Amino acid sequence: MSANLSAILYLISGVLFILALRGLSSPETSRQGNLFGIIGMIIAVTVTFLSVGNFTLGFIYVLLFLVIGGSIGAFIAYRIPMTAMPELVAGFHSLVGLAAVFVAISAFINPEAFNLGTPNNIKLASLIEMAIGAAIGAITFSGSIIAFLKLQGIMSGAPITFRGQHLLNALILISIIVLVFYLCSTQSSKLFWILIAVSFLIGFLIIIPIGGADMPVVISMLNSYSGWAAAGIGFTLENTALIITGALVGSSGAILSYIMCKGMNRSFFNVILGGFGATDQTSNNQNKEQKPVKSGNADDAAFLMKNASSVIIVPGYGMAVAQAQHALREMVDTLKKNDIKVSYAIHPVAGRMPGHMNVLLAEANVPYDEVFELEEINNDFINADVAFVIGANDVTNPVAKTDPQSPIYGMPVLDVEKCKSVLFVKRSLSPGYAGIDNELFYKENTLMLFADAKKMTEEITKNLD
Amino acid sequence: MEIDPFIFRLSIFILSIFVGYYVVWSVTPSLHTPLMSVTNAISSVIIVGAIIAALSDNNGNIFSSSSIYGFLAIILAAVNIFGGFLVTQRMLAMYKKKKKDKN
Repeated sequence: MSANLSAILYLISGVLFILALRGLSSPETSRQGNLFGIIGMIIAVTVTFLSVGNFTLGFIYVLLFLVIGGSIGAFIAYRIPMTAMPELVAGFHSLVGLAAVFVAISAFINPEAFNLGTPNNIKLASLIEMAIGAAIGAITFSGSIIAFLKLQGIMSGAPITFRGQHLLNALILISIIVLVFYLCSTQSSKLFWILIAVSFLIGFLIIIPIGGADMPVVISMLNSYSGWAAAGIGFTLENTALIITGALVGSSGAILSYIMCKGMNRSFFNVILGGFGATDQTSNNQNKEQKPVKSGNADDAAFLMKNASSVIIVPGYGMAVAQAQHALREMVDTLKKNDIKVSYAIHPVAGRMPGHMNVLLAEANVPYDEVFELEEINNDFINADVAFVIGANDVTNPVAKTDPQSPIYGMPVLDVEKCKSVLFVKRSLSPGYAGIDNELFYKENTLMLFADAKKMTEEITKNLD
Repeated sequence: MEIDPFIFRLSIFILSIFVGYYVVWSVTPSLHTPLMSVTNAISSVIIVGAIIAALSDNNGNIFSSSSIYGFLAIILAAVNIFGGFLVTQRMLAMYKKKKKDKN
């Protein structure tokens, strides 16, 4: 296949990837978008086979490994529960990162295969691109592994900090730049291996100080890195499909990180430098016990909701932990039968990754046009009769609007307290991830329902009948 | 004077960042999780490099030191491609509109 034809086909597959993302602008077009993505991938892989044109025994092995990897991927995709999506995505990012590292290593050992020159005499531009691709790939890999372990609960979600951490990280980052510089002037393979090792180390070090609650930002950030790594390799291979994809994924991840940071009213650097959630835990604990709290049972909750004409549900990650989404949908079905208007309010950082809550609700057969984002629904709380908070906490805390001393001050929150009454399902009065007390617990119109989210929801449904 | 082909690739790269920027802002927030899984799948187009690396057999040696890395990268990228697209499809199939007859 001629080089020009394959370049055009790679361009087409790049365009199909753009259309795949474009399709996600609405759920109706999204399935078609995913199809475009698949077609783009098939084109890219086929063109590569045809342009290499080496249909010997090696080709059989390539197909074999493709099938092995593909079956593992398909198996995981069908088996993974939706609550585990953040872990899955983190795990997949690590694979992209490692694949980028492997391709870069292979290109470094055997540059002739990629038309990049000969060993120890690789074109300067290619060497720089390759080194950047390998370094970012390695950072993505080890960073995603840490994120995966934290999300999976194998590693504690608490931030790990030590003295001189930032200084150490800064020194390592500078050393990476120095290594790339010397690698380019000496072409030494030893330096290339050191560069990869150091990049693995820094990926590990930059994620350990970030707490569990900041994982949405971390996942988005690693998403972005995996894109830049792909783009770096794309430049090395002079491949348009890879360059376009890398740029798309890189900017997509960056935008998601920005949206997540804004949802928490924190700067990107504040998240990256880490240690959030470790402080302030003690300061608010003393006066907590003294304030009176109204608590109720499923019967009270059912009574309140039965007499309401509109109910807004505020789900959070706790709902997913308790696996209460299906029970919740059944409760809502019963409410609807009684002609009560129900809608769902989702905070941008609810859940462990961007859009996580929406997927969980969709899985429980909640129609997506009943689910609203913060800006769409925040003005409706004042007209609603009951807000049902299930598994959310910090994102409803009115303190973010009133107390400039609070660590979450300025964070956009759902105006739950404006409802006529608030039902708050929670196991105990313990603070949320930000480590601060929620003022909402002590409001006149709040009724606390102390129980497991799933059990409570099921009981309410029984009492509604 | 001729323009270095690198500049063309850089142009594609920069323009794609802008395309990505505008396209991703138009993605509805409720689909942000599928967005992440599909970007993950498409970034595995790095398999292109892995295939070239794996088939770079010199002197008839299928598993040379450089092609082994290619084969390993093929497995990793294939997990991602199939896993990423299929899990996205599975998620997107769950997004349903309100049934009209239910009102």
